[in-house]
Amino acid sequence: MTESPHPAALWPAPSGQSRPDGDEGAVLASLTLLGGHDKDGRPERLHLRLHPGDILCIVGPTGSGKSRLLADLECLAQADTPSGRRVLVNGAAPDADWRFGAHRHLIAQVSQNMNFVVDLTVEAFLALHAACRRVAAPERVAAEVLACANALAGEPFRADTALTQLSGGQSRALMIADTALLSASPVVLIDEIENAGIDRGKALALLTAHDKIVLVSTHDPILALMGGRRLVVGNGAVRAVIETSAAERAFLARLQRLDAELMDIRRRLRAGEAIDGGKAPAWMP
Amino acid sequence: MRVITVAGPPSVGKTSVVLKTAQALGERAGRIGVVKFDALATSDDAVYARAGLPVVAGLSGGLCPDHFFVSNIDDCLDWARRQGIDLLIAESAGLCNRCSPHLQAALGVCVVDTLSGVHTPRKIGPMLKLADLVVITKGDIVSQAEREVFAFNVQAASPQARLLAFNGITGQGAVELGHHFARAPEVERLEGSRLRFSMPAAVCPYCIGETSIGREHQRGNVRKMPFPEAAP
Ligand SMILES: Nc1ncnc2c1ncn2[C@@H]1O[C@H](COP(=O)(O)OP(=O)(O)OP(=O)(O)O)[C@@H](O)[C@H]1O
Ligand SMILES: Nc1nc2c(ncn2[C@@H]2O[C@H](COP(=O)(O)OP(=O)(O)O)[C@@H](O)[C@H]2O)c(=O)[nH]1
Ligand SMILES: [Mg+2]
Ligand SMILES: [Mg+2]
Ligand SMILES: [Zn+2]
Ligand SMILES: [Zn+2]
Repeated sequence: MTESPHPAALWPAPSGQSRPDGDEGAVLASLTLLGGHDKDGRPERLHLRLHPGDILCIVGPTGSGKSRLLADLECLAQADTPSGRRVLVNGAAPDADWRFGAHRHLIAQVSQNMNFVVDLTVEAFLALHAACRRVAAPERVAAEVLACANALAGEPFRADTALTQLSGGQSRALMIADTALLSASPVVLIDEIENAGIDRGKALALLTAHDKIVLVSTHDPILALMGGRRLVVGNGAVRAVIETSAAERAFLARLQRLDAELMDIRRRLRAGEAIDGGKAPAWMP
Repeated sequence: MRVITVAGPPSVGKTSVVLKTAQALGERAGRIGVVKFDALATSDDAVYARAGLPVVAGLSGGLCPDHFFVSNIDDCLDWARRQGIDLLIAESAGLCNRCSPHLQAALGVCVVDTLSGVHTPRKIGPMLKLADLVVITKGDIVSQAEREVFAFNVQAASPQARLLAFNGITGQGAVELGHHFARAPEVERLEGSRLRFSMPAAVCPYCIGETSIGREHQRGNVRKMPFPEAAP
């Protein structure tokens, strides 16, 4: 497989120099992941190309190397991490000066270990983030982020809520909405957000609607089938790259109905209702 | 010998950053040694020694660790030369936010952590403002949005610095920082070289051990606070 030559506007910038903070005008056309080796040093056969709008899921047992793979992308590994993988940006190895300097706007992350720690209200913080990004109408964008976050979260929250008061799910929802709408990074790495209780389908759709490359490490079957492709990781190496088939997409729809039923039961229990066996869906024993 | 000053508030991750970077460098930058400056106590020397790095610790006692640092750094270089060290890292505790150990001749690194809040970069003085590299730790536990705001504020406080995200636990970022360490300027002697920023005047009786409180003990360089009075 040959790599296409650099498109007109580049990430890194065509001059190869570090750029001012904004990074406007830089275009990410593709990200390529080249195999290294597994935990026993056996070669990993992998040549994977990702484009804006792609969703790639990463599955595999605990300890198999899903987070390692995300970390390799985060630092644009050049055979210098434990896995020996390499990452190409727009088809070429980023030169050291750029890789070790101005690339920090390339990749954004959302993981289950993250929390909001700053002592501000949601609206004050979003306005601050918008100001840093130099958007034209910070208040409007902040309101948009809040509305998006509320569409993802189970229990809505208000603009004047303290950030540190948000629940786990509300925090994750806000992080995703903010990353989609306010972050300049064209690549988003998501490490295990399944327990957060947010609408996973909407979250991924929101991110890809903004032309991001999204990578999701997950143990959740619904999330795993939502990507266009999934990587199966074992013993530190990618074992297979699987396209999500039409049959799997159909099955995903069934899983989602099942999930909706479960959510509904959860909602009813939370609302203090008794569960009436007669109302149980047909698939239940 | 290459010399690097690593400064930053307490517990931001300086030792973790230095250790992970030394590990990532391996043999590539030659023999790595560390001097650790602190005020009252440190266990960092034991931590570095356990990692197999030659280390000396200097405790400044009643002095600001950065003042103590300047008075001793040339002796540290002599020690390092006797030890056959090629890359000397000086970790200093940066306790007063007003002093800065960065030298004109050496690579100046400031470590700050995202947990300290998005407004903190403005409160850290010359050790951040005049650094060549600012290493930002603990991004793993705060939101992407806070990382971005924090980095923006660091860059505003220190426009010339290169910023570098670092996870002190996993060592993410160590390869990048190692790249910069290995290219730090070579320094033979520091005699005649300068600090990047003057240390503050410290010439009041309290600097030299006075503990009594009251006007009659306040001599020398004394500044009094203004108190704007609202009408009762
Ligand atoms: N190819 C490799 N070579 C050497 N070490 C590796 C390789 N891949 C992963 N590792 C190491 O294996 C350990 C476990 O990997 P990782 O944390 O990525 O697992 P995970 O799949 O994310 O697990 P979990 O599902 O529990 O989060 C890490 O220390 C990682 O650095
Ligand atoms: N979560 C997290 N913890 C860190 C990180 N870097 C350092 N730490 C922890 O912060 C604490 C203080 O680190 P240390 O290196 O001793 O800080 P120093 O006082 O600046 O030298 C230790 O418990 C480290 O494990 C990081 O990037 N993320
Ligand atoms: Mg993991
Ligand atoms: Mg320390
Ligand atoms: Zn001082
Ligand atoms: Zn004094």
